[in-house]
Amino acid sequence: MRFINRRPSRGGRWLLALLPLIVLLLVYTVASAVRLTENAEDKLLPSATQMIDAIKHMAFTEDARSGDYLFWSDTLASLTRLLLGMGIAALVGLFLGIASGAFPLLGGSLSPLLAVASMVPPLAILPILFIVFGLDELSKVMLIVIGITPVLARDLEQRAREIPAEVLVKGQTLGGNSWTLVLRVVLPPLFSRLLTSLRLMLGAAWLFLISAEAISATSGLGYRIFLVRRYMSMDIILPYVVWITLLAWAMDYALNFVNRKGFPWSVGGQQ
Amino acid sequence: MSFIQVRNVWHNYGDNLVLEGLNLSVSEGEFCTLVGASGCGKSTFLRLLLGQERPDKGELLLEGQPLAAEPDASRGVVFQRYSVFPHLTVLDNVTIGLELPNAPFTGRFFGARKREAREAAEQMLKRVGLGHALGKYPSQLSGGMQQRLAIAQALIVRPRMLLLDEPFGALDPGIRKDMHELLLELWRETQLTVFMVTHDLSEGFHLGTRLLVFDKVRIDPHAPQAYGARITYDIPLNQGRTSAAEAIASLPPHVVAKAK
Repeated sequence: MRFINRRPSRGGRWLLALLPLIVLLLVYTVASAVRLTENAEDKLLPSATQMIDAIKHMAFTEDARSGDYLFWSDTLASLTRLLLGMGIAALVGLFLGIASGAFPLLGGSLSPLLAVASMVPPLAILPILFIVFGLDELSKVMLIVIGITPVLARDLEQRAREIPAEVLVKGQTLGGNSWTLVLRVVLPPLFSRLLTSLRLMLGAAWLFLISAEAISATSGLGYRIFLVRRYMSMDIILPYVVWITLLAWAMDYALNFVNRKGFPWSVGGQQ
Repeated sequence: MSFIQVRNVWHNYGDNLVLEGLNLSVSEGEFCTLVGASGCGKSTFLRLLLGQERPDKGELLLEGQPLAAEPDASRGVVFQRYSVFPHLTVLDNVTIGLELPNAPFTGRFFGARKREAREAAEQMLKRVGLGHALGKYPSQLSGGMQQRLAIAQALIVRPRMLLLDEPFGALDPGIRKDMHELLLELWRETQLTVFMVTHDLSEGFHLGTRLLVFDKVRIDPHAPQAYGARITYDIPLNQGRTSAAEAIASLPPHVVAKAK
């Protein structure tokens, strides 16, 4: 049979999905063991036990200086910033997207503005944010907000314009006014789309978060990995990266779950 | 005084003159079917009646008053596609027609009012044969069922007239026949004034009490867009069914050919 026609079986699919991960882990373990036998003090490729010890230390013993459990306080600090930033961006993006996409008069001004705003590299204005909002929490949240809001707004604007004219006319013949049309006809499909856009923007949001934390913070996952870099503590950095990936994946899964359960019609209408 | 009066209506898209000097008067309860070649302006005329577009010249009057220049609850509409809300269940798609006009701030009812509205909507849905599909989403319905839903949705607000833009154009012939029966029954019950654009001449003859043929009276072969269409034939129908057959025979061949 031609290669192009061969498909994995059900069990085979799991195997194929896990195979690259297993190979990567294997390669890492072997390389780490080789380096550690050569030099027990090697810091570049720590063994699994070293990493577990490091995380145990970070997660389950109090920090001598602050009395915090650093792993959890870092996670809490980062998630607070991230969720706050994404939440504000989602609300503002939805508002701007609907205003610009559903009302031609408002779109006339908003649309070009959003087009320009989405081209500004957010990291380039990070210094401005530090100057304006200070070095504490607000500027980090604002970086996420400023980074993803214009993109969200433009995406939702586009989706609002894609709502067929027939649907809007129909809403008017059923007696809707501008406000109730937005509420009952425009908002539901856009809300579903917002969840999808947020999933796509997760990567960018984390990027902005970690950049901001790397530059100015006293806690947070990004702050920690940049701090311990000075001591070449790969045994902390690697588990932190895995943890960040897991958190991002969980948020992605949660957003998709909410979309499927809350808006069954958006995925083919299964109840 | 006639129910709907169209006086010397002209409409163009840029250089393309679509309608010229259109005059028409329709009394309440008539079922007008609009036929003609593609691009002859029958859908444009429907959009003018709907308020989706405004005429460049002339006026459209409903009982002597100019029609509102934007769609409103006095005119129900069913399009060929996208006539229902994909994000609402069948039941809510009809209930929303009771909610929107009466809840200008929330756009929805709550509690007992919601229950009442849903019951009324259910009655309407049972009437069009969708009583078994209340909880489904439009994407789970067949094309014919979607159009039944669209009709129920349009009728629940009790419009003064019903505008249909090739509502059955995408349906297969068997389903289309069922829809014809349903539509005629509903029309007899509600005594609504209906305007229906169709590409199917026999559909036009079968359903209407009046067949309006849109065609260009003048044609400049070097500038086919220079002149617009008018109503060239206005045929009373279904007083007796025989008149329909005679009327088809009286049409010039190019109208019949184009309309097919």
